[in-house]
Amino acid sequence: MFVYADNAATTSVSKTALDAMLPYLTDYYGNPSSLYAFGQKATEALTQAREDIAACLNADPKEIYFTSGGSEADNQAIISAARNGAKKGKKHLISTKFEHHAVLHTLKRLEKEGFEVTLVDVHEDGIVRVEDIEAAIRPDTALVTVMFANNEIGTVQPITEIGALCREKKIPFHTDAVQAAGHMPIDVKAMNIDMLSISGHKFHAPKGVGALYARKGVLISNIIDGGAQERGKRAGTENVAGIVAMAAALKESVAHMEENTAKIIPMRDKLFAELSKIPHSKINGSLEHHVPGTVNMCFEGIEGESLLLMLDDQGICASSGSACTSGSLDPSHVLLAIGLPHEVAHGSLRLSIGEYNTMEQIDHIIEVVPQVVEYLRNMSPVWDELQKGERAHLI
Amino acid sequence: MALYSEKVMEHFRNPHNMGKIEDADGIGEVGNAKCGDIMRMYIKVDDEGVITDCKFNTFGCGSAIATSSMATDLIIGKPIEEALQLSNKAVVEALDGLPTHKIHCSVLAEQAVRAAVKDYYDRKGIEYNAEDFVFPEEDEHGHVAE
Repeated sequence: MFVYADNAATTSVSKTALDAMLPYLTDYYGNPSSLYAFGQKATEALTQAREDIAACLNADPKEIYFTSGGSEADNQAIISAARNGAKKGKKHLISTKFEHHAVLHTLKRLEKEGFEVTLVDVHEDGIVRVEDIEAAIRPDTALVTVMFANNEIGTVQPITEIGALCREKKIPFHTDAVQAAGHMPIDVKAMNIDMLSISGHKFHAPKGVGALYARKGVLISNIIDGGAQERGKRAGTENVAGIVAMAAALKESVAHMEENTAKIIPMRDKLFAELSKIPHSKINGSLEHHVPGTVNMCFEGIEGESLLLMLDDQGICASSGSACTSGSLDPSHVLLAIGLPHEVAHGSLRLSIGEYNTMEQIDHIIEVVPQVVEYLRNMSPVWDELQKGERAHLI
Repeated sequence: MALYSEKVMEHFRNPHNMGKIEDADGIGEVGNAKCGDIMRMYIKVDDEGVITDCKFNTFGCGSAIATSSMATDLIIGKPIEEALQLSNKAVVEALDGLPTHKIHCSVLAEQAVRAAVKDYYDRKGIEYNAEDFVFPEEDEHGHVAE
């Protein structure tokens, strides 16, 4: 059985999105910047897509800027706020320890350029505290950026409250909503959001397309220079087909959000319930404030990459925060940020399910994961020591 | 291209000589859990100084398991002196290569063999040059062997 359980990494393109985009690859391939009517067909499609996406976020179409994806939107939001702040002598940026690297690495770069960055704790439950943000705010704070939902552990942050605080303190507030868009209700007005990033391929649009919402009055500056596309804020001929697909996919996801959630939650809960029966396992992050589909757990005494390879052999696509899969020498910064010891973080498993998954697939995962964990534990000298009491259990 | 060669996947999927030797003549352990890989190697040595059996326990990624398996294959039936010549390069070659960031696994496999031999020497009271058995500790800043 093939089970795609890595929807937080990317999703399949929906039929709706594909059908919407195809004519803009085949029939209406004109450049939207062209004057002739043929090109204007593409312009009209962009206008409609902008309206549709704005409506899904309760934004104004003029507040939507199309980008190449979530990373570009994050980069542009942060760099814009930093540049604006620097003009007024404000060079302090606030974020959290478990942001996506698109945010953390942008902040790191700005730090090298003379900005000061404060990363607040995310606590054991993976939830940022509004008080911590408030305590970090200084007179020279130029931006607060806090992700809407964490990509690894799925915890949802108190965005409305952080937004209200920033509004009160007159500090621009950005949120990376890549994991939330299409999966949770987003209302940029009610949630006091100044800037927000989304990425199409996380909600059944193709890869390579995203958007940045920037509230009217929030100054955005270019990170890609060239033509006058996106009202001069993002050069480069628009990915018309991708943008059309993203609008169709987001509209569909938002329209079916309740029924999708109702389908996903029982599958997720069954995974949590059954996989928690594995001794010395741990659920990572609060389940109280959580995106519907993400399951993140650690199994003591094993390493994540070998777990993933064995699951792959059983047809299951999943991910892990082990060092070997993170491509660095340390395990996931997210798992370390919620206080997991290195040796436990190496044994993490993320399953992210979507509305296309079935209960039969969940049953397959529930059957396979305990077998693989047991097999790897039997091979592991760490587990041997834990069993003999020569090493203390950490979870 | 896949992350690993067919050979690595073969050894990962069906590791050779996985397990313990209860009455081992030497046991070596290298790596640490914090870094995400530990190898423990058990050897049986006969009166002639030949390694008659070798088994391993490994906590680690796919290549850590495959290099452990391959290392046991390469030293079983060999005199101790020959086993000590086993280099990480030989393990990598026997596995048809490893991705660059996984080379440290082969170094661990080489060290695990040496650590087991050292333990055997210690138990037997056989003298050796201590400098030949220095295993740099991995630390939280990264794998030293890369």
